[in-house]
Amino acid sequence: MTKKIAFEVNGKKVELEVQPGETLLEVLRYRLHYTGVKKGCAVGECGACTVLIDGTPTNSCIYLAVWADGKEIRTIEGVAKDGELSKVQKSFVEEGAIQCGFCTPGFVLTATAMVESGKKYSREEIKRELSGHLCRCTGYQKIIKAVEKSLQD
Amino acid sequence: MYNIEKYYEASTVREAVQLLADNPDLLVIAGGTDVLIKMHGGKIEKAGLLSLRKVKSLEAIEKSPDGLISIGSLVTFTQLANDPVIKDNIPALAEASLSMGGPQIRNMATIGGNLCNGVPSADSAPALFALDAQLRLQDKEGERVIPIQEFFLGPGKVALKQGEILTEILVSPENYNGYGGHYIKFSMRKAMDIATLGVAVVCKLKDKGTFDNVRIGLGVAGPTPLRCREAEEYAREKAISSQTLKEIARIAVKSTKARSSWRASKEYREHLVEELTWRALKIAVGRAGGVEID
Repeated sequence: MTKKIAFEVNGKKVELEVQPGETLLEVLRYRLHYTGVKKGCAVGECGACTVLIDGTPTNSCIYLAVWADGKEIRTIEGVAKDGELSKVQKSFVEEGAIQCGFCTPGFVLTATAMVESGKKYSREEIKRELSGHLCRCTGYQKIIKAVEKSLQD
Repeated sequence: MYNIEKYYEASTVREAVQLLADNPDLLVIAGGTDVLIKMHGGKIEKAGLLSLRKVKSLEAIEKSPDGLISIGSLVTFTQLANDPVIKDNIPALAEASLSMGGPQIRNMATIGGNLCNGVPSADSAPALFALDAQLRLQDKEGERVIPIQEFFLGPGKVALKQGEILTEILVSPENYNGYGGHYIKFSMRKAMDIATLGVAVVCKLKDKGTFDNVRIGLGVAGPTPLRCREAEEYAREKAISSQTLKEIARIAVKSTKARSSWRASKEYREHLVEELTWRALKIAVGRAGGVEID
């Protein structure tokens, strides 16, 4: 049993047949080769597979591909524009908020959604918004600093 | 890849209950943050799923002119935490919603799923117990409304009959108007953790220094979320003081049936019930317009 779905990934229209058991993570990573979507825990704990679905940070490992029908998906590959890094990406580089890089796409996408919301965040609120992402290398100080920097006007 | 043998999507409640009546072995899925995790962990080996995700009529939070708050079962925790109706009228539920999981989980997980999963640690349950919420359940034959206290039967067991789905959570104005409330979740981590204990209290005052009544809902203090009736009875029309609050909290422990698990021992949970109940009461009294307590 397969189902035909149509959605957009980083502004590009995609149509394909998926099985109901396939996750969005698997479709993005293994069929469409957006390898910036990382598979970490596979149970929605670590946030490495986070993508933006209609602008909302979502764990793609516990999101069935059939649910993506009609949605707009953004992965880390769609964040830089015309070869130029986004403000969030630049802040991560400048603050040294990256070590091995496995958690980075998820953090950057959540931070991107925060910037695009136009809301102001206190430091505590930033920590809360990032709490669905695990980083096992750097500790979180530099990541929090990078997000604070991205949110500055 | 999850082992999903059959997959149905309903777009109306009527269609959902019809599909469920025709295919009684289907498992209902909404946000997916419990069902898919259970499938991944092997607790459910394979499943036919009925998705409610396209049932738009279950996505709303509404307050009727007479004050009845209705929460559709597909409302997400992010929605609950940000909704002005919830924040202004039943803040204990907004606080509980914000304590659940992390942002990505709150973006997906639904209040209906949280309740139907039936675990004693369901973050939305203590507040809904304290608010005397009612649940609207529907099947092909019709609907019924039951108190939330009758919905939780045991760990992972709820009062849904074969073919029935939860459509709405209802909170009546007489249960929140004039009340102050607060929720405290105790867990090892501030995010992405299951409650070791959850305490929700609401209280209404006769005057600044006297309770009218108090209602206390606890999570993880027994096989289901529960109410502390004896402590509530004691609190009725009592003068508010630090001693009264501590006495209410002490009596609250009597209603619990906590057990030891790797998360915490029975004794530790009982200690938490006593400590957190009076702390939550202190804040709830303030919110209800009462005296400040040291």
